[in-house]
Amino acid sequence: MAQIRIENVRKEFGSFTAVQASSFTVEDGEFFMLLGPSGCGKTTTLRMMAGLELPTSGQIYIDGEEVGQKPASQRDIAFVFQMFALYPHMNVGKNISYPLLSQGIPKTEARKRVAEVARILGIEGILDRPVGGLSGGDRQRVALGRAIVREPKAFLMDEPLGALDAEFREHMSHELRALHDRMGATTVYVTHDQLEAMQMGDKIVVMNHGVVEQYGLPQAIYDWPATKFVAQFIGSPPMNFLDFHGMVGKGMTSVSLSEAKFDVPELREGASGDLIFGVRPEHIRLDDSAPYKGLVIATEYLGTTQIITFDTPNGLLKARVASTETIRVGAQTGLTFDQRTITLFEAGAGRALLSAANEGVLVNG
Amino acid sequence: MAEVTLTGVSKSFGPDVALDDVTMSIRDGSFVVLLGPTGAGKTTTLRMVSGLDVPDAGHITIGGRTMTGLTPAQRDVAMVFQQYSLYPHLTVRQNLEFPLKSPLLKTTQTEIERKVGEVAEVLQISHKLDNKATALSGGEMQRVSIGRALVRNPSVYLMDEPLSSLDAKLRSDLRVELKRIQASSGATLLYVTHDQIEAMTMATHVGVLDKGKLVQFGSPREIYEDPVSIYAASRLGQPRINVLPAGLFAGAPVGAEKIGLRPEQIVQGEGEDSLVKRVEHLGDQTRLHLSFKDHELITVTNAHTNLSNGDIVKIRPNNPFYFDAAGTRLV
Repeated sequence: MAQIRIENVRKEFGSFTAVQASSFTVEDGEFFMLLGPSGCGKTTTLRMMAGLELPTSGQIYIDGEEVGQKPASQRDIAFVFQMFALYPHMNVGKNISYPLLSQGIPKTEARKRVAEVARILGIEGILDRPVGGLSGGDRQRVALGRAIVREPKAFLMDEPLGALDAEFREHMSHELRALHDRMGATTVYVTHDQLEAMQMGDKIVVMNHGVVEQYGLPQAIYDWPATKFVAQFIGSPPMNFLDFHGMVGKGMTSVSLSEAKFDVPELREGASGDLIFGVRPEHIRLDDSAPYKGLVIATEYLGTTQIITFDTPNGLLKARVASTETIRVGAQTGLTFDQRTITLFEAGAGRALLSAANEGVLVNG
Repeated sequence: MAEVTLTGVSKSFGPDVALDDVTMSIRDGSFVVLLGPTGAGKTTTLRMVSGLDVPDAGHITIGGRTMTGLTPAQRDVAMVFQQYSLYPHLTVRQNLEFPLKSPLLKTTQTEIERKVGEVAEVLQISHKLDNKATALSGGEMQRVSIGRALVRNPSVYLMDEPLSSLDAKLRSDLRVELKRIQASSGATLLYVTHDQIEAMTMATHVGVLDKGKLVQFGSPREIYEDPVSIYAASRLGQPRINVLPAGLFAGAPVGAEKIGLRPEQIVQGEGEDSLVKRVEHLGDQTRLHLSFKDHELITVTNAHTNLSNGDIVKIRPNNPFYFDAAGTRLV
């Protein structure tokens, strides 16, 4: 298994830059997520790791060896696509053994490895069946089997669950993660689904417009986003942004929004002009005695919790509170924010201001 | 707007029973979401009400009028499909105006402009009004097709997964908007989805369909907090309700075969030992995958828990659901 290191990798298609100077490291045995909206360069990055595209500049190291300009066949990785293609005229066992036989591995050895893979995936019972009549899940397991059987250094997966319906997707994502925990193979996984990334990943890279916005542990990225884009892309509903105009300085521990004063983690840098006060929905409390008021314009029941949309002097805001609280549309209530969790951003560049709370993640992360 | 009723409606396609004796009353001004996996009969129900399909048995009324023998046009319903269909040679504005220009409606031009402007605003497509329909992204086209239904004032809106092709951000905006439009206009809306978030957040009533049968009908809260069966309980809630053999925990009543535990029905730190198999950090919540007496379950814990793989955590049920061998809830 393998460590994959990306250094200053750039990819241009004609005048279009798909990926700009990306650098990050996938450690041996990690389940690593490349996350971003469509067109952000995540699939291009994955294809460059695979050797299906060659970088315009920069280096790609697999286990310390520079492979950036080598073709896919010399990299010993397995690629699982969104649309799994199986050979329709072969049965399940032959589909799985095909990559081995085409590499010239003896039949007895191939049979042994297919049996082993079938056991891992729980498909021993269908090895003799034609692939035509299989359910979506079994087809996916066969496709995975074909990737696993080669025992490659790493698995690269491009939205392998993208085409499945919600219920089945949830099931397969658990199965894939459990499979990874058993095998410990380095896996790089592309998705545009933030929940899938948070759920399955050991680490996440968030990309936008060909740029790596942030990379690190899921919880760290969620709590301490480096940019407004990350804060908005991760979390559902996303982080709330209250716009304000003002000035903040190093060492300050509070800011003023529409005459109300709010405590924030101690700032490590200053900024002035258009600023943003960022707070996650679950860090908002309803408190009638609080001076900062919001008007309830919608409630959305979610079982354990509910989402309340407020109109505030600084824009719309969504709060997540327990379903046991009774909240009526049209009511006016006071709002308080958990001061320990606040992130401030510069409105223009969308960069998070360093504070005592986030510097650990943003400087070292 | 109008009340819609279905009485004993059945429909088969060859040997497949799509709907089996469905009786349901959709009250005037309610937002009813039909929920169920693929093949449960959701879309078939919608097509029966619209008149695109005819029931084998039973009958349907809209606003007290029986619909037997009436064409879709005669039923005064507005439909939005999963697959948008716009007039490609017209602009967005012309597409939105089209239903209002029907000579039957006699809508004045000022009124048409007002309605189109209002709907375009709500659906965030005002800036695209003069674009050709074909020059839009998929999400924008779907918003125009929703808009085309909203500009009319039909007896009932019928929507078949209208948001499923949109991205997450837009979906969440439109959920709030659709609900607001429905609540403020008093429209009757019958809506099909397999997305439980849409069902929970928008519906006044949810109809749970299972293999063509209506198994429960009630508010999202009723279905979540008081489900009639394992099937109904599994439709709502993320993570999904844990269903385990009732005997795993003490205190199961007579006849109980299964115990159902939502995360809030599992107390942590009391009871018996379970093993943490995996900790999933989802940001606002953290999910624990636990192994308890050789059974797997998933619950939710504090976002900043110190628990990690291999730790032991005690758990105990708190007001759980019990189900009999057939999966029916024991009360």
